[in-house]
Amino acid sequence: MTRAGGRSYAVLWGLIGVIILLALWEGYKALGPSSGVELFGQGILPKTDDRSMPHLWAMVQRAAEPVNSSAGSPPVWLAVIGAALNSLGVAAVGWAVGSVIGLLLAILMQRLRVAERAVLPWLILSQTVPLIALAPLIVAWGGKIQIGAFSWDRWMSVAVIAAYLAFFPVAVGALRGLQSPDTIHLELMRSYDAGWFKTLVRLRLPASVPYLLPALRLGAASAIVGTVVAEVSTGYKGGIGRMIVEFAQSGTSDPAKAYAPIAGAVVLGLVAAGLVALLGLGLKRFNRQEVSS
Amino acid sequence: MTETNVHPAAGGASAGGSALAPAAISITNAGKVFAVAKGAEVRALENIDLTVSPGEFVSLIGPSGCGKSTLLRLIADLDEASSGEVLVFGKSARQARIDQEYGIAFQSAGLLPWRSVQANIELPLELHGVGKAERTTRAEELIELVGLTDFRSRFPDQLSGGMQQRVAIARALAERPKLLLMDEPFGALDEMTRERMQQELVRICAETGAAVVFVTHSIPEAVFLSDRVVVMSPRPGRIVGIVDVPLGPGTSRTEALRENPGFFTAVTAVREALHGSPAVPAGADLR
Ligand SMILES: Nc1ncnc2c1ncn2[C@@H]1O[C@H](COP(=O)(O)OP(=O)(O)O)[C@@H](O)[C@H]1O
Ligand SMILES: [Mg+2]
Repeated sequence: MTRAGGRSYAVLWGLIGVIILLALWEGYKALGPSSGVELFGQGILPKTDDRSMPHLWAMVQRAAEPVNSSAGSPPVWLAVIGAALNSLGVAAVGWAVGSVIGLLLAILMQRLRVAERAVLPWLILSQTVPLIALAPLIVAWGGKIQIGAFSWDRWMSVAVIAAYLAFFPVAVGALRGLQSPDTIHLELMRSYDAGWFKTLVRLRLPASVPYLLPALRLGAASAIVGTVVAEVSTGYKGGIGRMIVEFAQSGTSDPAKAYAPIAGAVVLGLVAAGLVALLGLGLKRFNRQEVSS
Repeated sequence: MTETNVHPAAGGASAGGSALAPAAISITNAGKVFAVAKGAEVRALENIDLTVSPGEFVSLIGPSGCGKSTLLRLIADLDEASSGEVLVFGKSARQARIDQEYGIAFQSAGLLPWRSVQANIELPLELHGVGKAERTTRAEELIELVGLTDFRSRFPDQLSGGMQQRVAIARALAERPKLLLMDEPFGALDEMTRERMQQELVRICAETGAAVVFVTHSIPEAVFLSDRVVVMSPRPGRIVGIVDVPLGPGTSRTEALRENPGFFTAVTAVREALHGSPAVPAGADLR
């Protein structure tokens, strides 16, 4: 009960945050100088004319209108949903691959202390490589892969980049979880003469769930961000990231249009986190904590 | 309860058992040295000689830090003796652990929080490939033995401390070990729960016939439960006396025993053995 109550509070606070953001937008637009605010020649707040900051209702209105003037063009909101689902699919593949790799790496690091010391710094280093540098490399390498009927698709490059971002939080969180069992439980398993694998399955993996779930959620968010960015830098068409850039380019003539895909990307992140939370429902009993007598 | 014998310290390998069956535990001249930082050492145990017969209940008592847990851990093969020999049912401690000759319970119950009472008790059976049907039957027996029939599908966080400890004891008994190792299992319980648990342990031991090594720092608890009380002193941990607690004819370990004059005699004997241990000169802290 308390947990359900806590969750609805979280939703409430989230909503309040969104409303405050919207109020700030309209408030600044109404009261701020139309030429924006400058400090020492640097613009620090945007202009408030309709081109730079369209009204909220203009954005909503634009979202209901067709994408462009060509015949049979779908309304913007429908196009956004289509693109978002496309990105979600690619991100999901990346997330799944990244999570499996992250979990396997964590198990390897748990098994071999040496591996932890040798691998962990590389994992951290891997996350400092800028995506912009990585994307062309992956596209180039992928393009060389051709095994029988299988050939590399552009979406796979996007998924690989999503996986590259998703595996890191999973590896770190899972490692912490695998190392979380108390000495008493480890000694109990030793008294049962349970080897490493049995201890992994019966003790370490179940004990890691409370650490793993937040890590998977973080991984999902990373996979979405990775997908959106990678779509742009690999030139993959059909996803929400690409749509954001395309619509923004029609900025001056049609400023309200660009905001629908941005909102779509935000909702996409929330949906992804929600889907992972659903996964957590099935694993609820592993979240029980030990209470000392 | 008739009389109380106090043996002098080391070499007290009494009750050696018959030549037919090997002793449940046979420790000769065992020692344990822990290497701590910068070449320093802790001599946790020295010159330990102890024999425990099958079915015998032996308590280890002594001030905190005198090596009771360490001794128990040597028997359980959770630590290895630095010198001497530790035999469990005639085998090395390691082999005995591999053969699942003992069940163990610690001060904290150590239940797996994501497993129900029943699943916790089944854990050792599951690990050793016992089939589902047999596991269930055995778990049901044990749940009844420890009086938790209505709680079998509860989770550890829904149980009181005493109940958790009962589950831990049931789990230790799951594979019908002939030896039960218990390290202050009732240490965290309140006095009333504690006495009730002692009473139940007496009953459970009578039903299973297992030998028990029971670590405690409560003198009445040790005397109430044990056939023999092993008194230890610290730095280095040694056995300074073994107090026999023989039950006279017609006496059994019930609440009435706590009022028995013989009980007080034994309590006094243990207390004297504890305090009569050679004092450590001030400043000679070996740690
Ligand atoms: N793993 C260890 N490393 C170093 N010293 C230890 C270790 N385990 C126990 N000791 C030391 O050995 C002595 C006996 O400890 P222990 O057996 O836990 O005592 P007791 O259970 O009687 O309170 C203590 O001085 C303790 O500090
Ligand atoms: Mg202890």
